[in-house]
Amino acid sequence: MTLFYFEGLKIKEKIIESLLALCGGITVLTTLGILIVLLIESVLFFREVSVVEFVTDTQWTPLFADKHFGILPLVTGTLLTSLIAIIVALPIGLSIAVYLNEYAHPKFRLTIKPVLEILAAIPTVVYGFFALTVVTPALQNIFPSMSGFNALSPGLVMGIMIIPLISSLSEDALYAVPKSLREASYGLGSSRFQTSFKVLVPAASSGIIVSVILAISRAFGETMIVAIAAGQEPNLTFNPLVPIETITTYIVQVSMGDVAQGSLEFRTIFAAGMTLFIFTFILNTITARVKKRYYHKYE
Amino acid sequence: MAEKSEVVNFMDYKLTADKVNVWYGNFHALKDISMRIRPNTVTALIGPSGCGKSTFLRLLNRMNDYIEGFRMEGHILIDEKNIYAKRVRVEELRKEVGMVFQKPNPFPKSIYDNVVYGLTIRNVRDKKTLDEACENSLKQAALWDEVKDDLKKSALALSGGQQQRLCIARTLAVKPTIILMDEPASALDPISTAKIEELINELKKYYTIIIVTHNMQQAGRISDRTAFFYLGLLIEYDTTANIFTNPKEEKTQSYITGRFG
Repeated sequence: MTLFYFEGLKIKEKIIESLLALCGGITVLTTLGILIVLLIESVLFFREVSVVEFVTDTQWTPLFADKHFGILPLVTGTLLTSLIAIIVALPIGLSIAVYLNEYAHPKFRLTIKPVLEILAAIPTVVYGFFALTVVTPALQNIFPSMSGFNALSPGLVMGIMIIPLISSLSEDALYAVPKSLREASYGLGSSRFQTSFKVLVPAASSGIIVSVILAISRAFGETMIVAIAAGQEPNLTFNPLVPIETITTYIVQVSMGDVAQGSLEFRTIFAAGMTLFIFTFILNTITARVKKRYYHKYE
Repeated sequence: MAEKSEVVNFMDYKLTADKVNVWYGNFHALKDISMRIRPNTVTALIGPSGCGKSTFLRLLNRMNDYIEGFRMEGHILIDEKNIYAKRVRVEELRKEVGMVFQKPNPFPKSIYDNVVYGLTIRNVRDKKTLDEACENSLKQAALWDEVKDDLKKSALALSGGQQQRLCIARTLAVKPTIILMDEPASALDPISTAKIEELINELKKYYTIIIVTHNMQQAGRISDRTAFFYLGLLIEYDTTANIFTNPKEEKTQSYITGRFG
């Protein structure tokens, strides 16, 4: 009897184990599936368009009669909006992190952190309309030549959106710096400002870098804000005042349009998707590397 | 050096604590502490955990200021100046009163940058001045010969004992007159401890040293005077020889013979 009971328990354990493994397997399989589809469609695309043309042509006009397949305008569009976003988000996010960590009263810190995280909870479509209807008109007062669709406005708004990502993760990294370093700095007569920026920020640099890379990844992949406010016009430019298009918005544009499935035009979105994937993959790899170094340091 | 006259000349003392009381919230951590310390001496603060010796040490460079609920009454004079006066800038005070902590806490920077940190935050930029300060401080801390060839190496790569001497060098670089040490050798092995003790003996020529220690033998070996704290009270303060061979108070006697604590 006991033996039988034991066997039953073993079978139950096995079932539970398989179920858990299945859950893990689903995510792996999904990722693999996406990768395979991306790869197959990209290969089919690159049979008709050479890789050299794809990376060197300066025009992206797959939907027009005169077809050009140069990804560069989409890449610069993506880089430009992300760059503007990070220029806004890094100083503000880091200042917030330092303030909360070193200056703010603990009670204030506990109230303000959730409030900041609300910024991350606002739907991006709301941000998009905010960029188009509030920020762009306001900026046009400063730059009268600015087009109604442009990279600057969605870039700035995207920057505001990713502030909590940077401030929250950086604050965690600063908080994790051993208290003894803070004491050493104060003991030598440093002010709070000096302690923050000469000791704590460098000591937490790996964590801060990770937060910035995650924020950049988020900006690369952001779709809605740029789709609404940037103009969907592939433009090889670093001028933030004219309309541009990012990789993500191009994909949306084609997916929602009336392009026939299986056509070359349709396959462009997989090639574009592959490009985006390569970018985020590189960023993820860097993150993993930095994290590894980070954990070694305090072991 | 026995005190001959009844008239106290404050000029003779580097540091004077007068009826100092400290509270953390409702907890009365230090009760009516009065103490005088002569320049170029080593004073050991001993007593069981929670007796207030570390609190007292941290009063001297105002490291308790950040603790929530901290309140203090009484006076602490260094070179006849009240360090808790409103106009005192703690940054200046801490230049005068350096501190070495229990666990070595070098910054995750190079050896060189660690030593000159206290100077760079005071906007000393001249390379020659910094180089000299680095060399002199490391020599004084008896670390120069071990690290002179790789000053650019990370301080975290040093051994625990070397790190602690680096922390001492970092403190010396800003040229304090008083050095506070909070159990500086408790995290170190016997050989490193011996080096630190030797160093303290050497440093006393130029600095006034106040050291918290749990190690009775250490207090006996290195200090000129010893103060025994118990439950927030200064039970006895006398020459180290007297405290260890001829204590006046029964509590001191019990503590140093290891009956409690």
